[in-house]
Amino acid sequence: MGKFNKGGKKEMPALNSSSMPDIVFAILFFFMVTTTMRSETLMVRMKLPTASEVQKLEKKSLVTYINIGPPMEARLGTGTQMQLNDRFAQISEIQDYIAQEKASMNEADQPLMTVSIKADEETRMQYITDVKQALRQAYALKISYSARSGQSK
Amino acid sequence: MAKSSRSVPALNASSMADISFLLLTFFLLVSNMDVDSGLARRLPPPPQTEEQTSVDVQRRNLLVVLVNAQNETMVQNQIGSEWYATAEELRGAGGKVPLKEKVKEFVLNTSNSEQLPKLTEEDFGPPIGVVPVTDQHVVSIQNDATTSYKMYIAVQNEVVRAYNELREEGARKYFNTSYAELTEDQKKQINDLYPQRISEAEPKNYGGQ
Repeated sequence: MGKFNKGGKKEMPALNSSSMPDIVFAILFFFMVTTTMRSETLMVRMKLPTASEVQKLEKKSLVTYINIGPPMEARLGTGTQMQLNDRFAQISEIQDYIAQEKASMNEADQPLMTVSIKADEETRMQYITDVKQALRQAYALKISYSARSGQSK
Repeated sequence: MAKSSRSVPALNASSMADISFLLLTFFLLVSNMDVDSGLARRLPPPPQTEEQTSVDVQRRNLLVVLVNAQNETMVQNQIGSEWYATAEELRGAGGKVPLKEKVKEFVLNTSNSEQLPKLTEEDFGPPIGVVPVTDQHVVSIQNDATTSYKMYIAVQNEVVRAYNELREEGARKYFNTSYAELTEDQKKQINDLYPQRISEAEPKNYGGQ
């Protein structure tokens, strides 16, 4: 049968790759739509604690981040620092920061604002508590302790 | 030049794929897809007056979870107390009663004990109906100034796990399905049945620096 004809000399037909750019563009647009740009560079080192009962923070536009941990640059020491919007800040500056973030939000969304505390797992609770008190004063009452999902060790 | 109608020469589009791959790689690098996740909490509003800072809670309605400076945990209510030295013991290692079981026993009070939170009958609408619940209970998580954040989150996680398991059981019992598959209204009913009443107290400096 011709099907199993091995002796025949056949050339591989040229693949038509003209639709390759279209496919790649489709992937490109997918990534452009689904992802957000990295808006800030981290200046503090943090290893988030693990927890099994985490919830996802759905709407990114409603979330404000507070990063807490030892600074990336070794010359700044190992003390706990807080980063708000691309710079180091003191706890007393939280209130202004929250007010600023709130003001930049849609008025209907303001009560839904969530503050995500991303803190290194070695942070002392004193620091976290101070941050929490400052958030209370700023009426940012919805908070989330950022954690990686998984079984904690 | 001859004005004859000439056909447009075919463009060489073979480098188009390279260009688009380059763009794709750029966007892959500069964007991030990871969705932030965490334990959601609601803070109490700031105290308006000086005397409003403390709220009286009956002793039987209170479950104190204390995490000290050595990252050890103590759970205490009217029935007694339990001591956990590590995060593994919180989950039941070494023959200890897991923290979540303690919380569940406390929240449910199935035995209608005098030592556990007061049961009051409440109507949650069909199909749950009127059931007794401990609507006054408070799980108070207290920490020391030098408690590590990791341990604090581990304790919070176990308490939230207890509530999540209660809600899961409630969903199975009343709606015959898992909590994740309930509609928003049904979820709200179950959440009302087992509200998360977790209080995060101000830190106290019990021991050490």
